[in-house]
Amino acid sequence: MPQKLDQLRESPSQTAGPYVHIGLTPNALGNHGIYPDDLGTTPIKPGARGEAITIIGHVRDGAGMILRDALIESWQADAAGLYPSPNERRGKADPNVTGWARILADFDTGDWVLKTIKPGAVTLPQGGVMAPHIALWIVARGINIGLQTRIYFEDEAEANADCPVLARIEHKPRVQTLLAKKVSTGQYRFNIVLQGDDETVFFDM
Amino acid sequence: MTDAAHGPLIGRDRLWHPPAYTAGYKTSVTRAPSRALVAMGSTLSEETGPAFGRDMLGEMDNNLILNFTGQPAVGERIIMHGRVLDENARPVPNVLVEIWHANAGGRYRHKKDGYLAPLDPNFGGCGRTVSNAEGRYEFLTIRPGAYPWPNGVNHWRPMHIHISVFGHGFGQRLITQMYFEGDPLIARCPIVNTIPSQEAISALIAPLDMNASIPLDCLAYKFDIVLRGRRQTFFENRREGM
Ligand SMILES: [Fe+2]
Repeated sequence: MPQKLDQLRESPSQTAGPYVHIGLTPNALGNHGIYPDDLGTTPIKPGARGEAITIIGHVRDGAGMILRDALIESWQADAAGLYPSPNERRGKADPNVTGWARILADFDTGDWVLKTIKPGAVTLPQGGVMAPHIALWIVARGINIGLQTRIYFEDEAEANADCPVLARIEHKPRVQTLLAKKVSTGQYRFNIVLQGDDETVFFDM
Repeated sequence: MTDAAHGPLIGRDRLWHPPAYTAGYKTSVTRAPSRALVAMGSTLSEETGPAFGRDMLGEMDNNLILNFTGQPAVGERIIMHGRVLDENARPVPNVLVEIWHANAGGRYRHKKDGYLAPLDPNFGGCGRTVSNAEGRYEFLTIRPGAYPWPNGVNHWRPMHIHISVFGHGFGQRLITQMYFEGDPLIARCPIVNTIPSQEAISALIAPLDMNASIPLDCLAYKFDIVLRGRRQTFFENRREGM
């Protein structure tokens, strides 16, 4: 027998279930009195530098139904492409950007809204520049392990063309599933399709 | 050399986790992506993540027996405790751990839960804490009841506590569930059985921990949570100055 590896296995994922809001956004559900506020209601504070944008979308399943119980978390860089994280070593991010949000599908319509600032491109320490993007993590009843995807922007064509992550998508027509469509100045639409012909690209990274 | 908060994340073992499509858990059938995931090494977007300080916590946040009305919730009093670790068996300190669960009768405080068992006016159903320097966390709560759910004709969820954990990187984000040693409903649960191996299922079953229980007060269950680790090597390819 060889030596044993001194390692553990990641805890297996389980679905967030239908009642995830009890735990993560009790106030939005109407369960007041436990926490003064829900966490992650916004990824920015007043004075955040950069272009203010609003992204609206929904999450659709393989039967064409819009999910009313989806919970999405978003994580993004500031306008200069720096992450507001203690382990960001490239510089100090905008103090008015927290970068992280919890976004809820509307309990009646399923629409979700993210009001934020457009992130900057992210220069990687190992080389390469990722186009402006917002990382998403999607959980809900029926999703056994959180889905990783990204919002890119259709009006960043040049940066998108050079992005090493988008370059990994072999089937090029699918790249457009990651592009937020510009509706008007500062307004974007980004629908997530869990399954089907126009299925969103999900990552394992 | 990398530490627990820096460096590339170890890739997820997708054969260890439940697959997206699990016919026995019916809701997954239309919510499972049908295309292969696009796999690649982590980037800064996965290696960095939000941080939560202990200063945002209220005094009662990890006491689900008292944190709703100040009056005690009904049920079997338990301590749930453990460590947040990574795959390299290193503690993961200063990360947010959130839990939620049903009351002692198996009823959730949620407008979509219409189960016969009544709400407990003193049980809200959620708690949170931040792991300490050794990665430890603890909650005081009541043991949740089992409850039926409309998947098969007579399907019941075993007693369980839902858990959401952050790492130091957004790519470590994890939600899972803790089960209780000895519960005969575990083996019958379609959600438990989305997990491919018995070994992985066992990793979610908390043993009774008499050493951590408090005489004449409460029992204790130990539940360690393991997050994705970071690649450990002396030979990181980094540009000068990084
Ligand atoms: Fe549950």
